[in-house]
Amino acid sequence: MTARKSIWVHIEQTDGRIADVSLELVGKARDLASQLGYEVVGFLCGHGVEALGWDVIRHGADHVLLADHPELAEYRTLPYARVAITEARKRQPEIFLVGGTPNGRDFAPRVASALRCGLTADCTDLQIGNYHAKREDKTYENLLYQIRPAFGGNLVATIVNPNTRPQMATVREGVMRMPVADAMRTGAVEPVTPEFEPADFALEILSRQVRHSTVKLKDAPVIVSGGAGISDADEFALLRELANLLGGEVGGSRAAVDAGMIGRAFQVGQTGTTVRPRLYIAAGISGAIQHRAGMDQSSKIIAINTDPNAPMFQIAHYRIVGDAREVLPMIIKAVRERSMDQREAE
Amino acid sequence: GDAMTKDGTMNRGVLSAIFNPEDLNALEWARQITVRHGGTVTVITMGPPKAANILRDSLWRGADKVVLLTDRRFAGADTLATSVVLQKAIEKLGRFDLVLAGRQAIDGDTAQVGPQTAEKLGIPQITYAESVLDIADGRITAQRALDSGSEIVRCTLPCLLTVVGSANTPRPPSVRRQIARKLAATPGEYAALRKQWPEFETDDALDEYLGAHDLRIPVWTADDIGASPDRIGLAGSPTQVHKVNFVVLESTESKTVEPNPEAIAAMVAELVHEYIVG
Ligand SMILES: Cc1cc2nc3c(=O)[nH]c(=O)nc-3n(C[C@H](O)[C@H](O)[C@H](O)COP(=O)(O)OP(=O)(O)OC[C@H]3O[C@@H](n4cnc5c(N)ncnc54)[C@H](O)[C@@H]3O)c2cc1C
Ligand SMILES: Nc1ncnc2c1ncn2[C@@H]1O[C@H](COP(=O)(O)O)[C@@H](O)[C@H]1O
Repeated sequence: MTARKSIWVHIEQTDGRIADVSLELVGKARDLASQLGYEVVGFLCGHGVEALGWDVIRHGADHVLLADHPELAEYRTLPYARVAITEARKRQPEIFLVGGTPNGRDFAPRVASALRCGLTADCTDLQIGNYHAKREDKTYENLLYQIRPAFGGNLVATIVNPNTRPQMATVREGVMRMPVADAMRTGAVEPVTPEFEPADFALEILSRQVRHSTVKLKDAPVIVSGGAGISDADEFALLRELANLLGGEVGGSRAAVDAGMIGRAFQVGQTGTTVRPRLYIAAGISGAIQHRAGMDQSSKIIAINTDPNAPMFQIAHYRIVGDAREVLPMIIKAVRERSMDQREAE
Repeated sequence: GDAMTKDGTMNRGVLSAIFNPEDLNALEWARQITVRHGGTVTVITMGPPKAANILRDSLWRGADKVVLLTDRRFAGADTLATSVVLQKAIEKLGRFDLVLAGRQAIDGDTAQVGPQTAEKLGIPQITYAESVLDIADGRITAQRALDSGSEIVRCTLPCLLTVVGSANTPRPPSVRRQIARKLAATPGEYAALRKQWPEFETDDALDEYLGAHDLRIPVWTADDIGASPDRIGLAGSPTQVHKVNFVVLESTESKTVEPNPEAIAAMVAELVHEYIVG
């Protein structure tokens, strides 16, 4: 066992499939570890999942801690947390990153509470830096900067955990980029033996229904999103029509999701998915920081809004001040005519 | 006042204390469960004195009992320090079978306080609960949301559930209860209340009346719940705010497109030309 300082990444797997967000975090951990001279450790629980450990290494980990046990076949809070808490106490990681999925957000606070360490949810960026604590007049070096929008307005907060380890953070899918797998990368998969207590089995899973969603908002080349400025389902159907014409997907702001206009899986933003399509059309979305955090890397942005001062206009490449109900049909018509012209030209 | 304090924590005191939406779902479930299985519902909140408004609202919505956890030393708490206070308060309440929380609070969306409180209490948790299917033989069966799908789990009691907004439709406060428990107050509110009800000449007289009519909202401080000062509030919070930056929007090279068919057709043509679409 190495005494090197480490960054851990919780590797979430369901039925032998690793969640994208876990590998994205391995990639980010690799960057951070290179700056610090630490090693990247994948923390993997499951049953019959050793092969996944090698996949984690190919994506940038140096080392995988593998707890392979029948009781860990499916995610359950207490058995998984037991292994993580025991191993973290023993091995003292500096940083522990967890994907912001429902199960990741079930697991991380349980572990952080037991280890009495800080945890920041839904970070939109992670960096390394120093921190001067005014109260103690002391400077801490090389802390994990956990960056996320702050409540209220156009603010981002940088949060640090100077005195507790590990420094824990959750990050949503798509925020970090998926690293390219390197088939030649080597590392070690180290088995760990879980020691459970009877109380760890207080909960049993009776049944599970998994719908592997066929759409991946993250991968769509074009996303047409609507917000609170879209007043009804008929108008929302215009977004869908345009998305279909452009070979893209429909997304929404949290306001649109809360209004029941579109499913939660399609929410773009800090607490939804981060997307980087070739084209992002924002119709009736004001452009709150939490929404922008999930789409401001798009290659081209078209904003449609009745309010000329909407923040979305400041990051848009095409600014259309107008009523979405009138503008969307115009875009649909222009795209239709365009494809007709092309067909005639062929 | 400002919602953001100088040390970067949130100054909840100036925010209008609103009922966190998913906590209404939690309260609705609690009521439905006690109607079917018996028992009582106690609502607790850690917050500034004016969070008493939320507790009154809870009484009108059918809570049997409420407790306000307020103390200057609770201020600046992150989720871990919050969970310590909730744990101590729940333990002081005595025996319990079920703790219900919202999945997340709309101010931070952290969804951490529920699981952290469960860990502190040493009880299992069911997060993202969408429906309660059964409670029998000391066990609860519930459905919880997954990233893609859902699962049905059975867990021994006591246990903590975090409830998602789609779980139910919270009923509004009942007018009958609102009338019956209109006067419910914390001692800190007595002075204001006596202005409205001058017939109570002293705080003691009011207190006696409220006590007799089950309208006293107890207030517990750190000392009352035996929370050690270094585990609560800012002092007990491992997370610290290094800095808060104002986001400056770099203006991109942008074109204003008039909302008319010609201008929009030109925009589409440009996007096709640049291989963005088509
Ligand atoms: C912790 C936290 C996390 C969050 N996470 C997310 C997240 O992941 N994603 C997210 O989106 N939000 C998130 N939010 C919410 C976010 O702060 C905003 O409240 C939300 O994005 C607003 O959605 P909106 O722009 O659709 O609505 P609004 O802000 O209400 O904007 C509606 C816009 O529509 C315009 N409009 C009205 N009528 C028309 C019309 N006829 N035609 C064209 N335009 C019209 C208006 O001018 C306005 O600009 C989060 C908030 C918090 C506190
Ligand atoms: N100060 C508090 N007092 C009581 N309950 C709280 C408090 N903070 C959070 N909670 C509970 O924990 C849930 C999740 O909060 P959060 O982790 O802040 O998103 C909320 O919906 C509440 O049920």
